[in-house]
Amino acid sequence: MQEILQYVVSGLTIGAIYAVIAVGFSMLFNSTELINFAQGEFVMLGAMGLVTLWGVFHIPLVLALLLTVAGVSVIGFLFERLAIRTVRNPHPIVLIIITVGASIFFRGLSMLIWGKDAYSLPPFTDTPPLDVFGAKLLSQSIWILCISLVLVAGLYFFYKKTLTGKAMQACAINKKAACLTGIPAERMVLLAFILSAAMGAVAGVIISPITMCSYDMGTMLGLKGFCAAMLGGLGSLWGSLIGGFLLGVLESLGVGLFTSGVKDAIAFIILLLILYFRPGGIISAKSVRRF
Amino acid sequence: MAIAPHRIIYLIFPSIIILAGLFVQNSYYLQVLTFIGINTLLALGLNLLMGYAGQISLGHAAFYGIGAYTTAVLTVHYGLSPWAALPCALAVSALVALIVGFPTLKLTGYYLGMGTLGFGMIVHIVFREWSDLTGGASGFIGIPPLDLGPISFSSGRNYFYLVWAIVMMCLVVSNRLINSRVGRALRSIHDSEIAAGAMGINTMSLKIRVFVLSAVFSALAGFLYAHFVMFISPGSFDFLVSIRIVTMVVIGGMASIWGALFGATLLTLLPEWLHAFSEFEMVVYGLILMVVMILLPQGLTRGVLDIYEKSKTRNR
Amino acid sequence: MKNRKQETADTSDLLAVQSLSKAFGGLQALYDVSFTVERGTIYGLIGPNGAGKTTLFNLITGVFSPDEGRILFENKEIQGIPIYDVVKTGIARTFQNVELFGGMTVLENVMVGCHVRSRSGFLGAVSRLPRVMKEERRIKQKSLELLDFVGLMPYSDQKSTDIPLGRQRMLEIARALAAVPDLLLLDEPAAGLNAVETRSLGELIAKIKEKGITMILVEHDMSLTMKVSDMVVVLDQGQKIAEGVPKDIQSDETVMAAYLGKSG
Repeated sequence: MQEILQYVVSGLTIGAIYAVIAVGFSMLFNSTELINFAQGEFVMLGAMGLVTLWGVFHIPLVLALLLTVAGVSVIGFLFERLAIRTVRNPHPIVLIIITVGASIFFRGLSMLIWGKDAYSLPPFTDTPPLDVFGAKLLSQSIWILCISLVLVAGLYFFYKKTLTGKAMQACAINKKAACLTGIPAERMVLLAFILSAAMGAVAGVIISPITMCSYDMGTMLGLKGFCAAMLGGLGSLWGSLIGGFLLGVLESLGVGLFTSGVKDAIAFIILLLILYFRPGGIISAKSVRRF
Repeated sequence: MAIAPHRIIYLIFPSIIILAGLFVQNSYYLQVLTFIGINTLLALGLNLLMGYAGQISLGHAAFYGIGAYTTAVLTVHYGLSPWAALPCALAVSALVALIVGFPTLKLTGYYLGMGTLGFGMIVHIVFREWSDLTGGASGFIGIPPLDLGPISFSSGRNYFYLVWAIVMMCLVVSNRLINSRVGRALRSIHDSEIAAGAMGINTMSLKIRVFVLSAVFSALAGFLYAHFVMFISPGSFDFLVSIRIVTMVVIGGMASIWGALFGATLLTLLPEWLHAFSEFEMVVYGLILMVVMILLPQGLTRGVLDIYEKSKTRNR
Repeated sequence: MKNRKQETADTSDLLAVQSLSKAFGGLQALYDVSFTVERGTIYGLIGPNGAGKTTLFNLITGVFSPDEGRILFENKEIQGIPIYDVVKTGIARTFQNVELFGGMTVLENVMVGCHVRSRSGFLGAVSRLPRVMKEERRIKQKSLELLDFVGLMPYSDQKSTDIPLGRQRMLEIARALAAVPDLLLLDEPAAGLNAVETRSLGELIAKIKEKGITMILVEHDMSLTMKVSDMVVVLDQGQKIAEGVPKDIQSDETVMAAYLGKSG
């Protein structure tokens, strides 16, 4: 029992990371109907950014966090401007290859910058682990859970209460109609890219103290994040959050039951089951196919 | 008139192969040429599915791997001759494609991409984790070379000829297929699935059949790969390999059989050339993918032709 | 009800639609629609936008299955049969938003139309047996004849989406005819055509009728519909509100009301 609780707790931690990545996928998909295969690389860039700013240059943590997220957002901005906006034939296959190309490019770039070594960071704060009914909750886990929840709540508020957020949703529902009402749809797409890159970066910075950071850490995280987004229902904010936690816990329990090598398969088996049986995600009432 | 150039190419192409085999002495070059042939098989298979039927697969390395591992397991663990293992490898791949294809090919667009990706990932993990059978992450050693009676294919040159003979066979098969009733039906699915249905085409069944065929092509490539390098590991069949196969098809130009050959050639040579860039290899590779897709989404072959035709009309 | 049963027993009826209903979510697209189509005639199907005309086509051709009701074709129930099998029974159609195979030539589009009347499969394609080649020649021959029939012979080698819209609609008709249908459903074949093109479309429809092919025509061009149709059915908001010969429909008050938006 104790053991299972421990698995659940550590599953929630990694689940929060998946959730933040999933939110990035969902936001972008909502505004552009595009799936960015380079999303995981934004996570990697976030982690490596923090490693550099906080770990190497010893910039104060809060400033380093902000700088990293801002920096990755700028990369998201450039990515949209240079690689997505310029596409003449926005066929899914073409966009898939472009974003895959971008992911290889980012990975190659960070290998040039940081080399092939793995780095690690200390937790944000040195507080002792919290005891939850006998299971240990590390201080970094608390940070991860809090930051991810605050982030999703903030996004929810942004979508529901601010004009820009509502405009983004309008674009997601019907781009043409939104354009006609005077919403600058192109700028909304750009904003979605920037925000989803920022989401990736946040996931990267909060995970950096609990994992080894290297140039190739992003791909798997990105794919897992996508699995989480599908699990909760691609395009749904709360769905992504629940999907992330669920995937994290299931994976963590899976490690308890099987070997750690099999762990990676769990996400993909879930992905296939969801695609086959409930393409709208586990939460949506009816199976909606967006394509 | 339209047929004549094709006929000529069927003469020229084998001649080039034979001459290449005679004059290329350097064993490294022969090896690269053999890999081009194996990759052409992969590209041809995926091209049938993606270029003609319009169904993307981001997990084709799985079938490539299934072909390679099946023959490895049967020849090493069960002592079968490679030629007996070949039909088994193709059949296993076809069977897996059939089972996976049913639910997967109901998906479209990105969902299909992700579904096939997930499948590829799972198969890759199976290769890595089922170590009793596959040797696990460290790989599978001791796969026997091929020989046929007195002819041994262990020499680079013989293997080169064998692979390219098979490639030519598959080129002819692909070409005949797409210029037939079935081929037209396939292409019609690509353009409008609903209209294809209204023409009496059972689109689902056709998609599954071409998925299976394309898996068989990939398994054939896997078989040839396994007996060529005689050592396989899960890394040769991972997600990036799937992406590389897709890229071969797209760069070469979808729905073009010679484009598949061209794409496979380019994508096999590119990493060899990029070795010169050493550290910059990945950056350059990623950039090339992006730039080609942004500027020439029809693929290099078609794109260059388009530019040529445009310049011709402008000059007039 | 009694009357309807007698109608289906009549062998001159090619198609009988009986109490057909279909809802999409909360939207009742079709409600209790019945009519019969006599062999060799042209049936006009009119109604304002959203009246359920295309839904009716999609039900008859098996794109969707109806929630309720039956569709009898040559006295056999065909509702719920998948789209690709409906063609085999002898029903072909065109599409409101032209659905040509853009990657293929004009000729190849018609050749795909022959799919249902030919047999060669994967093995045939690869082996190129004489039987297969003979079938291939027959398909090509017949497709060329059909192109000639609709007047598209000069365009046969062009890419299908490169020809003007008017000709694209003709091509869709040729492609549908390649399936050798007994019943041809034309979904707004005159939409987007100019006056000259519409007139030649009218002539083509008359020529198809001469071949003994029954047609159902959904069309907004009233003068064309009234000219070529033998009978007209009017749908409004998913229900049949009138049926009769064109002359009667033109003077029907409910029809006028539906079109001009008057209630009652």
